[in-house]
Amino acid sequence: MVGSDKFPVSSPRWLLAELTYTCPLQCPYCSNPVDFARHKDELDTEDWLRVFSEAREMGAVQLGLSGGEPLVRQDLPILVRHARELGYYVNLITSGYKLNEDRIAELKNAGLDHIQVSIQAPEKTLNNYLAGTESFEQKKEVARLVKKHGYPMVLCVVIHRQNIHLMREILEMAVELEADYLELANTQYYGWAHLNRDQLLPTREQFQEAEAIAQDYKEKLKGKMKIYYVVPDYYEDRPKACMNGWGTTFLTIAPDGLALPCHEARSLPGLDCPNVRDMSVHDIWLHSDAFNKFRGYDWMKEPCRSCPEKTKDFGGCRCQAYLFTGDMTAADPVCGKSPHRHAVFEAIASARSAAETGETKPMVFRNTKNSKSFSG
Amino acid sequence: MALDAQSLFAFSPLHRLQWEEAQQRYVILYPEGLVELNLPAAEILKLCDGTRDLDGIVSELETKFETTGLRDDISELLQSALDNGWIRQIPRQ
Ligand code: SF4
Ligand code: SF4
Repeated sequence: MVGSDKFPVSSPRWLLAELTYTCPLQCPYCSNPVDFARHKDELDTEDWLRVFSEAREMGAVQLGLSGGEPLVRQDLPILVRHARELGYYVNLITSGYKLNEDRIAELKNAGLDHIQVSIQAPEKTLNNYLAGTESFEQKKEVARLVKKHGYPMVLCVVIHRQNIHLMREILEMAVELEADYLELANTQYYGWAHLNRDQLLPTREQFQEAEAIAQDYKEKLKGKMKIYYVVPDYYEDRPKACMNGWGTTFLTIAPDGLALPCHEARSLPGLDCPNVRDMSVHDIWLHSDAFNKFRGYDWMKEPCRSCPEKTKDFGGCRCQAYLFTGDMTAADPVCGKSPHRHAVFEAIASARSAAETGETKPMVFRNTKNSKSFSG
Repeated sequence: MALDAQSLFAFSPLHRLQWEEAQQRYVILYPEGLVELNLPAAEILKLCDGTRDLDGIVSELETKFETTGLRDDISELLQSALDNGWIRQIPRQ
């Protein structure tokens, strides 16, 4: 039993509800599991309403409705209304695809607080190529409508080697659309992004140039637009404090009801995550093995165990440790103290060589056909 | 932006100020984020409803807490709330 050193269990603040794995887009960096096609049994409306209530009672206050594409759920307004009545701040995280003005108004009326629209690139051809659909003009229109209906407007652009050279254009697009917030999210290499890493990971020089531009705009747009810059951890010397610590803040519920301490945790073998169909959110958070597994520091090995920085970064990301080392209790290999750091350098070198020679495998797009081939 | 003591202070329509029972405190909610407030900050921000200027907020709180000399602390908090975009100043007509 973990928690023997009486690590105090805080209550969840964030509930991420992945309402469905269905999505009309095919982003090659999608964070959904590569074998999503095998998890078909979606929670129904009643299940979600109960999960929202239970998590709210535990203290969750931010609710992210995501997917896949959450707009494909016909019961979305019912879910939004219930969540808002419970006192959640309700965030809709969407590609904006097929979102029209009626729907935007209907959701506002149901109590939706905010719509985050993701755009793949600041120009049509690249956007449509990355999304795998004709969607650029329509997304921009959605961004305008979001504004018009009084929502705070958050644009999200995932950054990688196919669009990083357009950093300035991305920022200009956000200005033109009068975004209140711009999230520049450097790709995190899990799932589909991990498959496509050689084609997606920018070089260090590209990162530095893009970051300088983003910082410049950050200063310039102070008071007008908030820019969140999600750092590319491969080029850092210390890992991110993943999920603010395992089982301290975040609770993700997958479309089929699986409760995850982080949205990648499904990929960790033997973690045995509980399902909201069998267990209450209360019991999941406090008593399940999966949520207790990496709470506190007892589970750590060296170099983390005796490291003074463990209270700051919690040893980094468990999923990244597993992906690189096959051991989910290892230090996150992006850490300069990790004995597996060389594996990250090799990944960087491999992507650089692909970038310089132009010799890469074709990109694997996120769609059901490709997913089935990973579903065994 | 500089604080204008004469204008009226209103809470931002893009943020929400809310009491959290589980945390026993007020929080400010905004897209994908939250700020936990201490009691004095919450008392001040609750009065930013578009009907009061700085003097109005000061006298209201000094009366409520039966004290004086709150003006500096209050204007400091309003300034940082303004910088964070939590409140707006509406110039008097
Ligand atoms: S990343 Fe792209 S493909 Fe994946 S869920 Fe979001 S919009 Fe759909
Ligand atoms: S050794 Fe572990 S705890 Fe220390 S900085 Fe690296 S990842 Fe963090």
